[in-house]
Amino acid sequence: MESTIIKAVDYNAYFGANHVVKNVNVDIYKNSVVAVMGPSGCGKTTFLRGINRMHEMIPGATASGKILLNNEDVLEMHPIFVRLKIGMVFQRPNPFPNLSIYDNVIAGYKLNGIKLPKDERDAIVEKSLKSVALWNEVKDGLTKKGTFLSGGQQQRLCIARAVAMEPDVLLFDEPTSALDPISTSTVEELFHDLKKNFTLIIVTHNMQQAARVSDKTAFFYMGELVEYDDTKQMFTNPKDTRTQNYITGRFS
Amino acid sequence: MKNHVKYRIGKSAFFQGLVIALSCICVVPLFAILIYIFRAGIKTVNWSFLSNVEKPVGEIGGGILHALVGSLIVILVASIIAIPIGILCGIYLNENKKSKLAYWSRLAVDILQGVPSIVIGIVAYIWLVKPFGYSAFSGSIALAIMMLPVIVRSTEETLKLLPDALREAAYALGMPFHRVILKVILPCGMSGILSGVILAISRVAGETAPLLFTAFGYQYLSTNLGKPMETLPHLVFKYAITPYKEWQDLAWGASLILLVWVLALNLFTKIITRRWKVRL
Repeated sequence: MESTIIKAVDYNAYFGANHVVKNVNVDIYKNSVVAVMGPSGCGKTTFLRGINRMHEMIPGATASGKILLNNEDVLEMHPIFVRLKIGMVFQRPNPFPNLSIYDNVIAGYKLNGIKLPKDERDAIVEKSLKSVALWNEVKDGLTKKGTFLSGGQQQRLCIARAVAMEPDVLLFDEPTSALDPISTSTVEELFHDLKKNFTLIIVTHNMQQAARVSDKTAFFYMGELVEYDDTKQMFTNPKDTRTQNYITGRFS
Repeated sequence: MKNHVKYRIGKSAFFQGLVIALSCICVVPLFAILIYIFRAGIKTVNWSFLSNVEKPVGEIGGGILHALVGSLIVILVASIIAIPIGILCGIYLNENKKSKLAYWSRLAVDILQGVPSIVIGIVAYIWLVKPFGYSAFSGSIALAIMMLPVIVRSTEETLKLLPDALREAAYALGMPFHRVILKVILPCGMSGILSGVILAISRVAGETAPLLFTAFGYQYLSTNLGKPMETLPHLVFKYAITPYKEWQDLAWGASLILLVWVLALNLFTKIITRRWKVRL
């Protein structure tokens, strides 16, 4: 019943000679929320950035193995097609400061030179902003610059920008670590709604967040994928002692 | 104990006073020049001064129209050459910070900035004037070479300040390199880049040395790029070294116009930086 949308096969990532992601094999199911957690420097963000080929933008960064998106290897595809199918939200909200709220949502079309009729654009903007629960807050000021919003609103705007492209998968790189607690819970609530249409992979520092929002959790340690299981299972009955030590707070 | 604190308060006050006094001294030369040139030049500046060309000594009513038009044309052509090259080079330097080519072009640009303007004039003379004769175009080339380092460095410095997150946001939406540059990076850095361009223009607007043996000077109104052309700074130079009182007065008037021009460009830069500033 669950179909795999992303499958990593022997995936390795390097910064120069530094081996940061080691031999990761993982199956991610469609319309699920997967949390990726682990201590700082464990390679979780690098793995996430490997999925949409952002990793290799850094000079000296390389990768090997396979990441299959619907059975197609993203490492063989052109990065631009990969990124159209796999959206990404970053740690810090990064709306385009030169664009209005409206244009920020439609940025993936507008800046890529995809021409759409006005009513279609309006529909995409409204739908995307509604899907991140921002529509009611901004509908009267869509022409204002995106950077005039508060941090939490900006982050939801960035999610809307990714959602507007209707990708298959959404990647979140510690999406709430720059936000206050109230904005954080707003964003967390969104994950439940978003998974109806997308598959979400969320890198998080915060174990409680992983427990709250995800269906499955992957635990990374020193570049290895130590354990990958149902979130409930992982937090109540971890198989690996390293996972156990991490979730009981022996190290962080 | 108390005396010690008093001593320190006194020392602090003295230091503050010194900083303020020295800052005031910085302003003095500018105002001295402004006032002096304004006084000497204002009586020659009128409509006929601006709308007539050179007249022989002794005839009244000579003007600087030919130099004004010449300066505009020479600088316009120089800008058309230098702006695209400069901005593109600045983009390259920022996008490829560590490449060999970036290292060498950065070094070359820095050295170019220090090359005396007269030397640049000589180079333009050898390249263009020797084979083709004196021309406004050779003057434009010399000025373009002078503008280049200012534009390159200001573009690079502006773009360096833009956060990487901006670039990542664009790439994550599947934008190709040229669109990231044209649609995101350039618009966000526009105010800084434009102010660098205007600064470069105002810097070369008053250059005389590279024009001495390139654009050369001409006593009639001319718009032919292939022929000699008068420019404002050269006209000031030419009139100022003559023994004739009328021509010296014209030189003062022309200096005033040049000064106003440069000041206006600088003010314009300030306005642009404020208007086009993108809040990050």
